[in-house]
Amino acid sequence: MSEDLLVMSGITKIYPNGVMANDKVDFSIKAGEIHALMGENGAGKSTLMNILFGEHQPEEGEIFLEGNKVKIGSPNEAIALGIGMVHQHFMLVPSLSIAHNIYLGMEPRKHGLIDIRSMVKQAEELAEKYNFKIKSTARVADIPVGMKQKVEILKALARGAKILILDEPTAVLTPQETQELFHELIEFKKKGHTIVFISHKLKEIKQICDRITIMKNGRSMGTYDMEDMDEKSISRLMVGRDVIKTIEKAKAKPGEEIFRVEHLSCINEDGKHAVNDISLSVRSGEILGIAGVEGNGQTEFIESVTGMRKDYKGNVYMKGRCMDKLSIKQTRRAGLSHISEDRMTLGVAAEATISDNLIADKLGEEIIGYGPFLSGKKITRLSGELIETFLIKCSSEKQPVSMLSGGNMQKVVVAREFAREPVVMIANQPSRGVDVGATEFIHKKLVQIRDKGAAVLLVSADLNEVMGLSDSLMVFYGGEIVAYFEDSSKVTEEELGYYMLGIKKQSEEEIRRVLHE
Amino acid sequence: MIQQLFTIVFTTSFAYSILRVSTPIILAGMAAVVSERAGVVNIAIEGMMLTSALTGVVVSAGTRSWFTGLLASLLISIFMSLILAYFILNLKANTIMCGLAINTIAKGGTVFALYLLTGNKGASTALKSLTVPQLDIPLIKNIPVIGEILSGQNLLTYLAVILVALLHVFIFHTRMGIRISAVGENARAVESVGISVKKTRYMALLISGLFSGLAGTFMSMGYMSGFTANMTSGRGFIALAANSMGQNTPWGTLLAALIFGAADSASNSLQVLKIPTQFIQMIPYATTILGITLYSIQRSNKEKKTKTKLLNQE
Repeated sequence: MSEDLLVMSGITKIYPNGVMANDKVDFSIKAGEIHALMGENGAGKSTLMNILFGEHQPEEGEIFLEGNKVKIGSPNEAIALGIGMVHQHFMLVPSLSIAHNIYLGMEPRKHGLIDIRSMVKQAEELAEKYNFKIKSTARVADIPVGMKQKVEILKALARGAKILILDEPTAVLTPQETQELFHELIEFKKKGHTIVFISHKLKEIKQICDRITIMKNGRSMGTYDMEDMDEKSISRLMVGRDVIKTIEKAKAKPGEEIFRVEHLSCINEDGKHAVNDISLSVRSGEILGIAGVEGNGQTEFIESVTGMRKDYKGNVYMKGRCMDKLSIKQTRRAGLSHISEDRMTLGVAAEATISDNLIADKLGEEIIGYGPFLSGKKITRLSGELIETFLIKCSSEKQPVSMLSGGNMQKVVVAREFAREPVVMIANQPSRGVDVGATEFIHKKLVQIRDKGAAVLLVSADLNEVMGLSDSLMVFYGGEIVAYFEDSSKVTEEELGYYMLGIKKQSEEEIRRVLHE
Repeated sequence: MIQQLFTIVFTTSFAYSILRVSTPIILAGMAAVVSERAGVVNIAIEGMMLTSALTGVVVSAGTRSWFTGLLASLLISIFMSLILAYFILNLKANTIMCGLAINTIAKGGTVFALYLLTGNKGASTALKSLTVPQLDIPLIKNIPVIGEILSGQNLLTYLAVILVALLHVFIFHTRMGIRISAVGENARAVESVGISVKKTRYMALLISGLFSGLAGTFMSMGYMSGFTANMTSGRGFIALAANSMGQNTPWGTLLAALIFGAADSASNSLQVLKIPTQFIQMIPYATTILGITLYSIQRSNKEKKTKTKLLNQE
């Protein structure tokens, strides 16, 4: 295909931790198109684009720009080749003006000083050329998120970008801002720019993209013309799975309600309505799964119900007791355990020893000491027991957690959280970045406490996990519950995909069944 | 008593002394402004000042030239800030620990050097050191009141005010200045446009060292004539406070330094009254803490309000 502007061929990227993020990926774009790059979390989209932008170096593979082989060693080289990237997290300086951010490092000068007047003029001309409405003297700290994104795009354009990579640009935008962005992107296309659009929102992609490349598990599932694809066929390519691991478990025998959330809403740090009026109930002896593409309110929801976030509206009850005003310590004493999604920052203290991590939630309790004093003997005995029961591979309990593999590190977290015989277990991405053996072990443990009568709330972006492990299942989309399935084994992944991508939504009555009223 | 207070405060010599006492805090404050803007909390200003103070005295006594003394003390403090930069930026050591190390070395090292040179551990009276000259400004000198306050100050005091203006231009109107500020705010933003964060921070620390050197030189060659052990007595830290009160801007920091300086000279003058000097010296700091507390309470209340408003919108 001679008309291809850019070709990436046979790209393989293996991260130092052994994860193969890209496996012989071929990817090509034509001049003047909007090309969608789609896939689930961890499918390798961002890795591929980071390679194109020079932030990562591939182990294998070649990149051709207009037929010539190029090597892109750094973002600077990418910029020189006319490739610009707008990251999901903005790289802006808040206290500086919009114009200043656009021209940072290349400000026009007069007598050695920055010529602010001509810089503002240049910024305004650039914005006008692309029909952007911005006030270039405003401070970036004072402008809304949508505007910040425009600044990022202008920053790339000011540096002569012909190919623009947008990494999930709509994730932070309101629907109105999204529509505005789309108008602008179409405008770029008319002006001859080429756009790569990373997203997992099907509707948006349908609306503006010409072609689509779908990725799954680090491989390309092919490139298609948008016209030939409907939402269902894209969804099938995206979430269809290769290996189905069945998780052995008996049928759940749900008892009385233990954990209840009523009308929970919260606003996150970006000022976005992350969780919107969520109500649910988990009964003793059942695992309730929450499926959904990441960033649909799961994080904020779990932070709220575990007591890490206090500024929510609504109520959380455990065995009828209101938990809203309790501290995290009180919540834990009441029997709530939490495996957090971010192991390295919230799950463990990486530089501390295994036994320190194991006792972190038990300080001041008789099991590890006498009154205010710690007992080395008791701690060694307890850690020894936990290490044995939870099969943590280590040389001694005095080893720092950072020396362990991801799987064993997670086992330390699991051991600590299970040691207390939880009444409610909140497991958020319990097997992320964990090897197969450890994953299986953690799943087994979760089923075990369920059978003992605990209420388990499981959040996972991994469809295998959330479908296989849950007894009932619900789907989060846009901070709301869009579907509830009484029996998760009766749901097909295809069906689930429609809800996860916001194509379908159940009725209020169907969703209310999650309250078991 | 109030009358007594007025007769002390509303005199030209009191105003004159505010400028004199504030000078080292202004200069050290500028050192804090530059490093803080680059995202480095430079607590080593104190140690660099102290080392410069001694170097100025020793070199000026040896060469019989105040200018060579000034030059040497600037060089030594720039050299020290480059060592600091090397440890922080190349070896990735903890900024506060390195600053603490420099301060400790300076405190002990200056006394040690002083003892080796003069046999005295307290003061450099044995060295015939020089001072940076005082300047009478023609015309202004003859204006009543203003002349008495503004004229006849030390050369370094005038230089300090000029440098505040220059630093303002540097920070807000040059590429390097903007880069320094940008690095402190969001280093990744600067990296993403291909600017070296490390080089920028080196530059900031170098300038910070230069200002610390000026501040130190003023201590031993202007404020006093000669070196005494630990003569900076925490002015490097007060400069950090002035910087945060002045919100990282040269002019704001100048103003804060003047307030601290005023309190300092007031506590000297008010000894005739029955108010303990320590109490007066405390006032600017207590006010700062109070101000910062009120400011953040108000800000977090505002944040809470907007959030509740958003949540209750539906």
